[in-house]
Amino acid sequence: MRRKRKSVGARLLTAGGFALFAFGLGLSAFQPRTADFDAMFWPQVLLPQAPTLANYSGVFETAPFGRFFANSVGMSLVATLSVMVTSLLAGAVFAKYRFPGRTALFGLIIATAIVPFESYMIPLYLQLNAIGWINTYQGIVLPTLFMSFGIFLMRQHVASAIPTDYLEAARIDGASEWWILIRVIAPLSVSAFSAIGIFAFIQAWAAFIWPLLIANDQLLFNMEVGLTAFQFKFSTDFGKLMAGSVISTLPMLIVFLILRRRIIESVALTGIKG
Amino acid sequence: MRELSSSPPPLRGRVRGVGTVLEQSVPAVRSGPLFARWSRIRRNRQALLFCYIALAPVLALFFYVRVIPIIESVALSFYRWDLIRPLKPFIGLRNYTDLLGDENFRLALENTLIYSVATVVVSTLLALPLAVFLARRGWVAAVYQTIYFLPVITPLVPMAIAWRWIYDYTYGLLNYALSFFGIPAVPWLTSPDIALWAIIIMSVWKGLGYNLILFLVGIRNIPESYLEAASLDGASPWQRFRHVTLPLLKPILLYVLVTATINSFNVFTQVYVMTLGSQASPGQALRVLVFDIWQNGFQFHKMGYGSAEAMMLTFLVLGFTLIQFRLVRSQEE
Repeated sequence: MRRKRKSVGARLLTAGGFALFAFGLGLSAFQPRTADFDAMFWPQVLLPQAPTLANYSGVFETAPFGRFFANSVGMSLVATLSVMVTSLLAGAVFAKYRFPGRTALFGLIIATAIVPFESYMIPLYLQLNAIGWINTYQGIVLPTLFMSFGIFLMRQHVASAIPTDYLEAARIDGASEWWILIRVIAPLSVSAFSAIGIFAFIQAWAAFIWPLLIANDQLLFNMEVGLTAFQFKFSTDFGKLMAGSVISTLPMLIVFLILRRRIIESVALTGIKG
Repeated sequence: MRELSSSPPPLRGRVRGVGTVLEQSVPAVRSGPLFARWSRIRRNRQALLFCYIALAPVLALFFYVRVIPIIESVALSFYRWDLIRPLKPFIGLRNYTDLLGDENFRLALENTLIYSVATVVVSTLLALPLAVFLARRGWVAAVYQTIYFLPVITPLVPMAIAWRWIYDYTYGLLNYALSFFGIPAVPWLTSPDIALWAIIIMSVWKGLGYNLILFLVGIRNIPESYLEAASLDGASPWQRFRHVTLPLLKPILLYVLVTATINSFNVFTQVYVMTLGSQASPGQALRVLVFDIWQNGFQFHKMGYGSAEAMMLTFLVLGFTLIQFRLVRSQEE
């Protein structure tokens, strides 16, 4: 019995160690600004002598982090909404209707998901260059508007969890296909919706290489690109850099802490990767 | 009632003729009053129209952001095209043969392969015993699951910045900790050979929780009675793991390997954030495939050459995926 309790304690200790990064990250941001690198020194980080909130407010003055943050929130929300709508439309159609080209199209959507985005970003860049979408919001969000996995997940859900009889019954009552989609399929897909939404949001928030490529104007940066640019520009001011990092991490942490169970369950059930 | 119970099993989508669009739980009425048939035809027309209208925006987006760029990427890889020049000559496989002699490409390929193999192997070897250990431990497992999953869910850039700080030569936590043991400071990120391993460690930390959760699911699905039977037969914990848990875990293990491999080949963000200097000088950067593609395409404007390199990345990912699918199949037989 004693042995068991001890091992639990030991494990909690290692767990604490694992979480130290987030902790240190947060604390360091409370360091007062110093010209030299003293603020980066670990014993001082863990016990700031004069904790200050100046870094958090300063971050918004030195670089347009407020703007970056708003960009990230806005673009992630647009991406989430779009992924949810496209997943519902395609998922429901692929699950419940038979039409010429169904298998081929669905197969194409799944097969192309294996191809890494990085391997076709050059032509995509040229395409957007041709229509003048480089350095625009719509150009940055475009690749995140669609998620193969969302369509796959929605199709599985609709095919297995929604009986065709429900749709038939609605049809006999004279409902149109659109009415069925919005009033029958969508309300019965809340669980799939939330899983898709969460992961679309996480993915869009973490988008890096594409915004880095096509956003030249600082005002269009998302949090991730903004932080990177900020790192190169003000690499001496660690307190502010850390404050920016914390601000960028916080929304994800909040989403995770609120929806922890749901997120872990959907990963476990679907193998979806955030 | 009687009629219903004796009716044949539903022919989902196998009814030919007018009733093919709607998936039906009962076979389509193929004869009967003319009016019923006519309304069914009309219904099917509407449904077909609905399918195409609903799919149209999704497919337009899908083709524009994925299918066309992929095809275009294949095509571009056969051309020499330096964005600024109007000429775009077809050069066949020249880009590919040039790549094979390109020192940067070879270095990038080597680093990416080492990175992929190391992260996949290490994170699997860490996550598997951890999952076995945690599988039957209620709330402790839940706490651990949360802690290990936190890095998976947090965005990569701030995490890479935090790790850059940990690895810092003068002020980093790691060198500070090592100094207590009298170990001289290690240039974690500035020496390319060490930087590769520093980034591997960071990436293992980032992805461990994902593998852990998948393994936990797999282990929890193994009936407890199997393990009990094995211990009654006198099997040691290792023997139980080796001969009961591991064989039953094979499908999940292979799934983890496939996803981890696919995800590891396009490593970029950590490398960019952690090894690029303040002036974004590429000389110091750890060269990986995506970084090289990015540089060829967007710094040197060699679009064709960059596309050929991108194709190599795709071949690698597809190749590894196919090999692993083969493995899954041969395991199942």
